Amino acid sequence: MARKKTGMVLSGHGLKKAATGIQGLDEITGGGLPRERPTLICGSAGSGKTLLAMEFLVRGARQYNEPGVFVAFEENAEELSKNVASLGFDLNDLARKKKLIIDYVYIERSEIEETGEYDLEGLFIRLDHAIRSIGAKRVVLDTIEALFSGLPNQNILRAELRRLFRWLKDKGVTAMITAESGNGTLTRHGLEEYVADCVIILDHRITDQISTRRMRILKYRGSVHGTNEYPFLIDESGISVMPITSVSLDHPASTEMIATGIPRLDAMLGGKGFYRGSSMLISGTAGTGKTSIAMHLADATCRRGEKCLYLASEESKNQVIRNGRSIGIDLEKWTKKGLLRFHSSRPTFYGLEMHLVSIHKIVNEMSPAVVVFDPISNLTAVGSGAEVQNMLMRLLDFLKFRCITSLCTSLTSGSGPIELTEVGISSIMDTWILLRDNEYGGERTRVMYILKSRGMAHSNQVREFVITSKGIDLVDVYVGAGTVYTGAARVVQELKENAEAVARSQDTGRLQKELDRNRLIMDAKITELRAEFESREEELKNAIRQQEAKEKVLAADRGIIAKTRKADVRK
Amino acid sequence: MKKKAALKRTKKPAAKTKPAKRSSAGASDVWNLRLYIAGQTPKSLTAFANLKKLCEEHLKGKYTIDVIDLLQNPQLAKGDQILAIPTLVRKLPVPIRKIIGDLSNTERVLVGLDLIVST
Repeated sequence: MARKKTGMVLSGHGLKKAATGIQGLDEITGGGLPRERPTLICGSAGSGKTLLAMEFLVRGARQYNEPGVFVAFEENAEELSKNVASLGFDLNDLARKKKLIIDYVYIERSEIEETGEYDLEGLFIRLDHAIRSIGAKRVVLDTIEALFSGLPNQNILRAELRRLFRWLKDKGVTAMITAESGNGTLTRHGLEEYVADCVIILDHRITDQISTRRMRILKYRGSVHGTNEYPFLIDESGISVMPITSVSLDHPASTEMIATGIPRLDAMLGGKGFYRGSSMLISGTAGTGKTSIAMHLADATCRRGEKCLYLASEESKNQVIRNGRSIGIDLEKWTKKGLLRFHSSRPTFYGLEMHLVSIHKIVNEMSPAVVVFDPISNLTAVGSGAEVQNMLMRLLDFLKFRCITSLCTSLTSGSGPIELTEVGISSIMDTWILLRDNEYGGERTRVMYILKSRGMAHSNQVREFVITSKGIDLVDVYVGAGTVYTGAARVVQELKENAEAVARSQDTGRLQKELDRNRLIMDAKITELRAEFESREEELKNAIRQQEAKEKVLAADRGIIAKTRKADVRK
Repeated sequence: MKKKAALKRTKKPAAKTKPAKRSSAGASDVWNLRLYIAGQTPKSLTAFANLKKLCEEHLKGKYTIDVIDLLQNPQLAKGDQILAIPTLVRKLPVPIRKIIGDLSNTERVLVGLDLIVST
């Protein structure tokens, strides 16, 4: 914080730096421009020199409380204020607060007659007066080369410029000198000869009809600096530079899991979704539901109350919202709540680098939890495979470094191998879900499978899914024997198996019934036998009783006869 | 010291006579010249001497010279867009002309002041 306040940075060897406050520039210069030394900014017409210089002063005055003097050789104060008003820089206000002085130096050769010896003490005095009057710490000379066309005597001029830069150093101001780049030379009049501490080149290049602004630090005496060409963007909030070389593999790894918004997909990924801060790739052929999955994730993110950035490179915001409704996802309410932000831009609108810079900028602004990039494959329209790969790697690294979860969708062309992304970035993805069309028996069904998912016990099952008016739903896993069926084939197979099961159960019933019947027969027979036995038993018992009665009668009869015959009884 | 005194002396009457001359005479009759210097440098002194001589020769009696030392009045540099020192500005007659340098090349000075044509 202390560093920010004074705008002063001490690098390793004690070289003092003056932070510019310009997004990204302080990173690539390792803290800012050399303090109390002049820096040369060269570039062709329209490359943003004046704007860079003005932003250096305005930010210096606003953020670091370092007043500045802008010596304009080309435009007057009024024109300058109008030009930068669109960037939110109110120069008149700064001038009233004694934070900024714009000194317009007008020089017209036709009005000047040269007669003998002279020097540029007048300029020094003006500058000195301006610096003193507000205690300026920063000075911009834009574009001092105008003197070359205004003053005929080059020898005097060069000697005076040398003296001027020396004088600026002695004054202890951090100066920025802009110069037009010449034909094959850094500057048209060789100013680099005098300003040797720090040279920054601005470039505005057009490749394949797409323009990209770039910045390069040619030299920075006494300091380490980024040597690449850095793309930069000029928009309504000024200049933002995107450092390329931030690709270091030391980003944090979270163990927190976040849901994809499709519960059964979470289950496939090991239960709870995928890691926060990881990158996920959804690839598939046209119409396989990539965007639908992306919308689910966006919806789930906002539902948790987190911010989501949706980068749409094919569809407009309204189109995505409308399509989301058709599958039961209301994204509009999240945009109204400010949780979801769309950034729709055609890839061909500007170069890859500019896309990267603009994404950086938005991410820095809103710091989302999840970034959806849908789709990444048509970035190939603006760059070669290697370029796109490079850009995406930087983007993903940037997001990972901030622990922002990313989801990219990629269109696979129908002909090529399916396990291949158009832009060859699968290796830098943590989770890769492949969507595919299965054509079988006259219908297409959608299936998904997880090709890889780093650090997660994920399912390796190919799963069928359907897109309904309530969103994406994974169909139950078919657990029958044999191969995996999908779609109608699965339904047919299931019906067939149902019929077989019915038949099997009918069989069992029949046997059961036969058994029951047999038992009934047996029971009936037992009853019959018993009845037969019972009737026979009665019959026999009657016979026995008759026999006994007869015996009794006979015995009685014999007694009577004996009496009658007077039979004696042997004693 | 002697030369410095000379510079100051010239400035004072010039300042007094200026309004009267401007109002009474036509543009070509009044020559209002302003010499910007930054301290008593040799170049400044040479320029003043050259100017004085030249005016005496060509504009005797109808000129005033204001000498402005920017070291004392730095804010005045802005008004006449002064970069080079010394600079001679012809305020009157209009249009404004600027002549830079120590005025050692008399012919160029006369051209610059439009005096060669007039004389």
